[in-house]
Amino acid sequence: MKNSHKKAAASYAVNLVLVLLLFAALYFLVSSGTVNRYYADLISLVCINVTLAVSLNLVTGVLGQLVLGHAGFMLVGAYACALFTKSSALPISVSFPIGLVLAGLMSAVFGVVIGVPALRLRGDYLAIITLGFGEIIRVVANNLKITGGAMGLSGIQAIANRKNPAGMLPYAFFIAAAAIFISFAFARSRHGRAVIAIREDEIAAEASGINTTYYKLLAFVLAAFIAGVAGGLYAHHLGVIDPAKYDFNRSVEILIMVVLGGMGSITGSVISASVLTVLPEALRSFSNYRMLAYSIVLICVMLFRPTGLLGKYEFSLSGTVARFTGKKKPAAAGGVKGGGAQ
Amino acid sequence: MKRMLATLLAAAMLVSMSACSSSSSTESSAPGGEPASSEDAAAPEEPPEEDDAAPTADGETIKIGGLAPLTGDVSQYGTAVDNAVKLAVADINAAGGVLGKQVEYICYDEKGDANEAVNAYNKLVNDDGVVALVGDVTSKPTEAVAQRALDDNLPMITASGTAEGITQGRPNVFRACFIDPFQGQLMASYAINKLGAKTAAILFDNGDPYSTGIADAFEAYAKENGLEIVAKEGYQTGTPDFNSQLTTIKEKNPDVLMIPVYYQDVALIAVQAKNLGLTSKMLGADGWDGVLEKIDASNVDALKDVYFCSQYSAESTDENLQSFLATYKETYGLEANMFAVLGYDAMQIMAAAINKAGSTDPDAIIAALGETNYAGLTGTTTFDESNNPVREAIITTVADGAYKFVENYKM
Repeated sequence: MKNSHKKAAASYAVNLVLVLLLFAALYFLVSSGTVNRYYADLISLVCINVTLAVSLNLVTGVLGQLVLGHAGFMLVGAYACALFTKSSALPISVSFPIGLVLAGLMSAVFGVVIGVPALRLRGDYLAIITLGFGEIIRVVANNLKITGGAMGLSGIQAIANRKNPAGMLPYAFFIAAAAIFISFAFARSRHGRAVIAIREDEIAAEASGINTTYYKLLAFVLAAFIAGVAGGLYAHHLGVIDPAKYDFNRSVEILIMVVLGGMGSITGSVISASVLTVLPEALRSFSNYRMLAYSIVLICVMLFRPTGLLGKYEFSLSGTVARFTGKKKPAAAGGVKGGGAQ
Repeated sequence: MKRMLATLLAAAMLVSMSACSSSSSTESSAPGGEPASSEDAAAPEEPPEEDDAAPTADGETIKIGGLAPLTGDVSQYGTAVDNAVKLAVADINAAGGVLGKQVEYICYDEKGDANEAVNAYNKLVNDDGVVALVGDVTSKPTEAVAQRALDDNLPMITASGTAEGITQGRPNVFRACFIDPFQGQLMASYAINKLGAKTAAILFDNGDPYSTGIADAFEAYAKENGLEIVAKEGYQTGTPDFNSQLTTIKEKNPDVLMIPVYYQDVALIAVQAKNLGLTSKMLGADGWDGVLEKIDASNVDALKDVYFCSQYSAESTDENLQSFLATYKETYGLEANMFAVLGYDAMQIMAAAINKAGSTDPDAIIAALGETNYAGLTGTTTFDESNNPVREAIITTVADGAYKFVENYKM
């Protein structure tokens, strides 16, 4: 028992060092001007999309419930954060983090409101309810004065600018890292195991004494919170909020990231979110045909690899290290953290 | 597995081949082949200036960036602007270019999405090194891009971004089109002064910033100037049925009905209004341009007693305009619309400003843009203190299934 704790601590330490190193490298590249703002913005966007995909993966992958309104949570977070930073007199370096927390909380509140009735039901009801929620939020935002109506909000203070091109990077990067860590930790915790049990067989889980409503709600609200924070980031990344763009298509876009990467695999979500963000940009020279190429990639993956690119596989750094040093059996390297029973 | 791989590769090849063949076909259809080829050459790994197809004198060009939705819901606007800008570039280059160099126009597709627009903008400025920007086309992406352009101090002119906020507080951002509130005020003023209206109703799309912007300005101006608003009815974007709103409006029987929406909706509304027996005069804004092409021939009589403002009139006898319309039709096989006309003017205004500035220094170009006095297809344009164009609007009506020029109207 003690030994396993030690191992876990060592694994966390290795991962933390790697994350910090990666951040330092990215930060140096951007702030020194080695990569220009085009790439700097793209890196931030990748981080934001990774955050979104990982949060949706919590519900769709780990809990096994289909959510079709993730953009709705994003929109709530985007408005909450932007309205706060616009109206507060605090300097942006203070008001932005507070705004992000507010964005998450606001979005979590909506998550509870929707989740309580929806998650008591079984089957696909959550999909329909979240689909409705996503549309309602958008229509409400279109009609309220405070949200700027159909015009949306503009003039949201940019975090990154010409003088400080790396301004957005720490926020986007560490929030993405935190989202990944929370997902990993959650899936491995007692709560996470309960949630996975519900995914595998809800009746059996209930019979074993798991409070299914509570655990479903927990995962759902956690996902809503993270999506709200990502929404706040996104609003300050773009500088405008256009409610029409947080529609059903946006929700599906996030869902595609999760499905493509493999439902239940956090590593898969991270990789596919990164690839799907960069791909349309990389294919820009194809001009009009890039969206066709994008679609073909999706169709091919779904045809030849219906479980998603990684299935339920998780990449684990400490596992890989152990594999090379020969301390662990190779089989233990993968699938450690996903906890998915095949 | 091998067979799968083979199938995949075959599919990929097919796609890339069809992509190549169609892009070369658009190239040949473009005037002189040059503007389109510069667009195709905008591959990241191959800097456009290395494109030997471009007839550059000394290998040096003035790069002007473009952003337009070439695919997606609003692609018809983006394509029109992009096409017209290419014609303008061809004309400018034929006349000797800018500062003695050829103009190279690099345009990226942004699908009508603010996020894509910002990505493309970043690429234009940081990777391609453009000295000025002609774009974007629709309001929201333009606004997002304008914020970045302000940060970068990049001279920018949008052909058709009508939202009021785009140029506010941004001395580097100009526009070639009227703003939304201006059109609302203009039509309210026209209804009062020329049509003698006492009561008015408004039917608008409450999910569309263009529509709500005009509707609100119309309402405010009407209230201030003694035109009573008896009904203001909104509808959801995309609905095909306007009967409930029109019935409410019919009960109030207003003198004029303001419908500040795009032509697709106007075509539906006009027919439903006719069927309900609504007799109010109908007013509209520049989004009406194209309604005759949309409405079925059997229902053309639904469009009578309609007045809408626009920024140019195809009936005009202006030689430059007529020659542009002819060239556009000849080159692209389509009728030029308002977006095309504005796109052409926007590019010409930018080129004139760079010439006047005498260098590609952003501050000099911005100062020159501010002093613009340009006689173009839409009339003589100057800019007011918020960088919005000042010129006469054209009131158009429909009679016997054709657009009819009514008058030039200035508030």
